[in-house]
Amino acid sequence: MKRLRLSGVPFFALAVAAVFLLPRFISDFRAQQFAYVGIYLIALLGLNLLTGITGQISLGHGAFMLIGGYTTAILMSNGPRPGEPPLELAGHLFTNDMRDIWTIPLAGLVAGLVGFLFGFPALRLTGLYLALATFAVAVAAPAVVKKFHGFTGGGGGINLFDLETRSQSTSVTDPVTFESKDLGVDVFLGINIPSFNDWLYYLSWTIALVMFAGAWLLLRGRFGRSLRAVRDSELAAASSGVNLARYKTLAFGISAFYAGVAGSLLAIATTFVNPDTFPITLSIFLLVGVVVGGLGSLWPLVFGAVFIHFMQIEWAQRIEGVIPDFIPVLGDVDTDAPGAPAVAFGVVLILIMLAFPGGAAGLLRSLRTATRRGYDRVR
Amino acid sequence: MTTFFQQVVAGLGSGAIYASLALALVLIHRATGVINFAQGEMAMFTTYIAWTLTANHGWSYWPAFIVTLLFAFGLGVGIQRVVIQPVVNTSVLTVVIMTIGLVLTFNGLASLIWSAEVRAFPSPFPNETWDVGGVAISQQDVGTFGVVVVLVALLWAFFQHTKTGLALRASALNPEASRLVGVRVGWMLAIGWGLAAVLGAVAGMLAAPTIFLDPNMMQAILIYSFAAAVLGGIDSPLGAVAGGLLLGVGLNLIGAYVDFVGADLRLPVALLIILVVLLVRPAGIFGKPVTRRV
Repeated sequence: MKRLRLSGVPFFALAVAAVFLLPRFISDFRAQQFAYVGIYLIALLGLNLLTGITGQISLGHGAFMLIGGYTTAILMSNGPRPGEPPLELAGHLFTNDMRDIWTIPLAGLVAGLVGFLFGFPALRLTGLYLALATFAVAVAAPAVVKKFHGFTGGGGGINLFDLETRSQSTSVTDPVTFESKDLGVDVFLGINIPSFNDWLYYLSWTIALVMFAGAWLLLRGRFGRSLRAVRDSELAAASSGVNLARYKTLAFGISAFYAGVAGSLLAIATTFVNPDTFPITLSIFLLVGVVVGGLGSLWPLVFGAVFIHFMQIEWAQRIEGVIPDFIPVLGDVDTDAPGAPAVAFGVVLILIMLAFPGGAAGLLRSLRTATRRGYDRVR
Repeated sequence: MTTFFQQVVAGLGSGAIYASLALALVLIHRATGVINFAQGEMAMFTTYIAWTLTANHGWSYWPAFIVTLLFAFGLGVGIQRVVIQPVVNTSVLTVVIMTIGLVLTFNGLASLIWSAEVRAFPSPFPNETWDVGGVAISQQDVGTFGVVVVLVALLWAFFQHTKTGLALRASALNPEASRLVGVRVGWMLAIGWGLAAVLGAVAGMLAAPTIFLDPNMMQAILIYSFAAAVLGGIDSPLGAVAGGLLLGVGLNLIGAYVDFVGADLRLPVALLIILVVLLVRPAGIFGKPVTRRV
């Protein structure tokens, strides 16, 4: 076994450069969309670590994102909702005291802790039963949020920024000094950051790249090998000295940490959280993303993140226009109805599982072997 | 005390609905060892078919009911053949992902075809109550309960007294041996899916008059049915029915008497039941504990 495999490093450097140069070539609106892609990538990295690498099915990762999102929202929100007394917890008033990005690692840690603790009952659940339990968690989570409305704002949710700051698109929170200020063009690390969306883009992709590198480092050594061993055969892993309980709970914790960070960023990106920010469909879309990228893969997850974001906001609407032609029996279909993204997600998911069970990663791998075989034949 | 009995009776009504869907889950789990996460959405979709027949085409209730059940059977068989059969011998994860794909497809299709608007659904039973010793018994609940009892009895008779039923049980128990004696196991699984879809359709049509028809109507009921199936033992049909009724009554009583839970925390309570049962007695009340040889 090679001691160091650094072939990935130049590619990673290239990716970093590409990510940081991209906003120069795209519109402000696109920058916002790619910021969401970065956020989904973080969540997919986490879910993949648990489901793809360790083999523990989670249909409830949206719940961990919810915990992260609400942690950030509660820490950042400008006081209580109008007409309610300020929230006090252990003598501490939550008003305007935590600034944006410092809540992100905290959100990750809170979600990670919850995930780690959930890992213990999950130890006794295998395969199907774990899928069932996590699914129930994701469905039940919004009800719990609504119940503790003093803390979470109930169904109405929490605004992260005060509305004044939000209404001016040129006003951003400076990532270094945490001051909200009016910007024409700001320069951060030599890069022009002209708007909230660009700031969001750099924030989410900086974190995404760091966490991507983290996942890569984590999975390439002994730790990753142990996780894969748990996935492939628990019995064999245990007999080779892998502590099942430790690795499974750790996988849950780390995975939930990633989800928590993603949830925190999602809250910042939408500037608002309520239970509908993290519906059960979010958990399911994350699973779709991992499958599209390829279970157990790492960088192809970017395809999954692009897929789940753009399918929700753009592609599905185009597919929607095509559906009535395919199925004339349906007749007068309301093309503005919601649901097209869900149908598209569902059908694509099923088709991928039938035709390319390895997702994008598997497709690339088979393309590579095919070309290599082609070369050999020519030679 | 009157309130108590009233809650119990109402609980049996909703419990019958959970039992019906839980039975569908058990049917598929026994035959193929997977849980169909799309069971609720398939039920919702077929309920919309019944709604279209009655509201848009002017059918009366019972013909629409029967035609919907036939449609559901065909839908179940078709889905098993097209979507599930190709992956039946792969990992659990693959099959779960397939059923998740079906969840998305049916949920999206329903809002695409019928829009996400909340609609009223007709009930075959009068919206009146009988007074039995001071306890007001809703005829709706009694009717719901009755339909599920008849259905379970029919299903039991089918499994015990027909050749197809025997073949179904055989292929669930030992697919290899069944294949050797000439049972077409793949088609038996498809029939199992069809029957499960019929049970789901019944649950959907019985639930819709009270909770109204919309594309997300079965999500909570699916969770309750999961809880019911797990409580009774995921491999036990009797357990599914008992678990469903127990859960319906239990949730109603908890909702009525535990102020903190009320109506808001019923779902988390169901989740708690799932977790506790899986951790303490994974085989459920009626299931046989499985010992694994290591």
